[in-house]
Amino acid sequence: MSLQVGLRGKAWFQVFTGKNSPMAGDPGSVLTADAKLGEDMARFLCVVPNPEGRFPCARRAEVGLEESYTLATRIREAIEQDKNGEKRPIIAIVDVKSQAYGRREETAAIFLATATAADAYASARMKGHPVIALVMGNAISGGFLTHGYQANRILAFDDAGVVIHAMHKEAAARITLRTVAELELLGHRIAPLSYDIHDYAKLGLLHKLLHVEDPDTPSQTTVSQVQKELIDAVADARAGSRDLSNRLTSEGARGMRRVGLLARARMEEQWAKA
Amino acid sequence: MSTATFIPAFVRRQSFIELDARARAQSLLDPGSWRELVGPFDRIESPWLPEQGIAPQSDDGCVVLKGAIDGKPAVVIALEGKFQGGSMGEVSGAKMTAALDLAARDSQNGKKTAAVLLLETGGVRLQEANLGLAVIAEVMASILALREHAPVITVIAGTVGCFGGMSIAAGLSSYIVMTREARLGLNGPEVIEQESGIEEFDSSDHALIWAINGGEQRVAMGVADELVLDDVQKIAATVQRYVKAGLPQVHRSQQIALYRARIAALDTSRQIDPLSLRESWKEKAKEGVAQ
Repeated sequence: MSLQVGLRGKAWFQVFTGKNSPMAGDPGSVLTADAKLGEDMARFLCVVPNPEGRFPCARRAEVGLEESYTLATRIREAIEQDKNGEKRPIIAIVDVKSQAYGRREETAAIFLATATAADAYASARMKGHPVIALVMGNAISGGFLTHGYQANRILAFDDAGVVIHAMHKEAAARITLRTVAELELLGHRIAPLSYDIHDYAKLGLLHKLLHVEDPDTPSQTTVSQVQKELIDAVADARAGSRDLSNRLTSEGARGMRRVGLLARARMEEQWAKA
Repeated sequence: MSTATFIPAFVRRQSFIELDARARAQSLLDPGSWRELVGPFDRIESPWLPEQGIAPQSDDGCVVLKGAIDGKPAVVIALEGKFQGGSMGEVSGAKMTAALDLAARDSQNGKKTAAVLLLETGGVRLQEANLGLAVIAEVMASILALREHAPVITVIAGTVGCFGGMSIAAGLSSYIVMTREARLGLNGPEVIEQESGIEEFDSSDHALIWAINGGEQRVAMGVADELVLDDVQKIAATVQRYVKAGLPQVHRSQQIALYRARIAALDTSRQIDPLSLRESWKEKAKEGVAQ
């Protein structure tokens, strides 16, 4: 289990890019760098803890106002620079606690800030940039919607420190009037409720689950292994469609999202007649 | 004095908020033009709720009506705030995404089809957790795809409001219309109090909640487009105007430099006063808004 959310992401960002400081003018909580990935120059983005941050509720690798607008700025910059050329891969390293839960954030319309980042990721995807989310730690709720969930392909480490979920366990238990133990028990039976990455993988949303030795300390071997997976995912994204349809056609989706797919098919039939 | 002049228009108006999702959607489309798609008689229900001892609903709280608004092709997608707080599950999300995608397909083929989203929702349905989060990501992607061709108009009337991941979806829409009774924010007050403490946000302080999340504030600070009275005729007329206006010159979720500079200018050493923020942000951020 990762000691602090964001540190694992930071460690991998450093080995992928050889950099460990933000771009000029950016807050300390967002790292962006262009680095070689196979034949490509790729843009890597990562949200990291920043104990000195201006916003008290966004110091522990939460996605807040500055993080959202910085991600949006850096993604839009890559889109603009590549508009007449090869579209560089955009790699979101995901190890985010959540969205920032603060009053300053609500007052200053964090819903719009997060929308600008999600818009930028999706726009990059729709314009032909291969967008890959590499989930190696937490990917919770609005944090993931803002940073990673608009990707063409989602890769995740197969590790107990990886948690993809709508809400962290204690809060979800309180709100659904259950104990944490009850919630865990339910998760074993009902895959979408589970906090286990293996259950998440059953939903058909992941491109691939990666077995990585000692994920907190990237080594030469594991770095080349993950780079190769990223290169494959980039190639797969370039060969595929620019929307998220792969999440609906996967084997997992055909099993776990049968009813949703039925609703979709019925909508198509009735739309044509209406 | 006749009764008609004695009773003010405000009293005689037909309330939009008092209508359920289906009646709200119907009230916005041209009479006789619409048809409900994947309605309650299709009985496509959440497969996850019964397993948890919760009664599902035969439309999963999402109503899709295809028809015309002021003669133009449109689809209205309404979330029912009275069913599981309007939360997004596998089925309601699939209905919304499919309808948006079909509107985008028609629009690309030359039949521009606007979408109107009536959002009364707390966001992810926690009983469907990860599928709820996934469908919201898909709804967001589909809004963005449609938005290249035809406007997506979000109406938040109240009284549930629009929170969680669906507030991000609202932030991606071409226009946001709100009433004074509506609220819009990423994290509801209870969630902030629970996560960051009562000194950060006292969720029993209703005046504070409305000062921050209320429709009047969101419109006055320029992050929503229009404040309307809770009146069926007025809301329908506003929606018609935005359908007619088509796409804005720039979508708000692409105005990054403007908002990044505004965030950089904030004094974050203490809480931000909503009224002062309204003053400093009030100049219209956006051009091409239909008036």
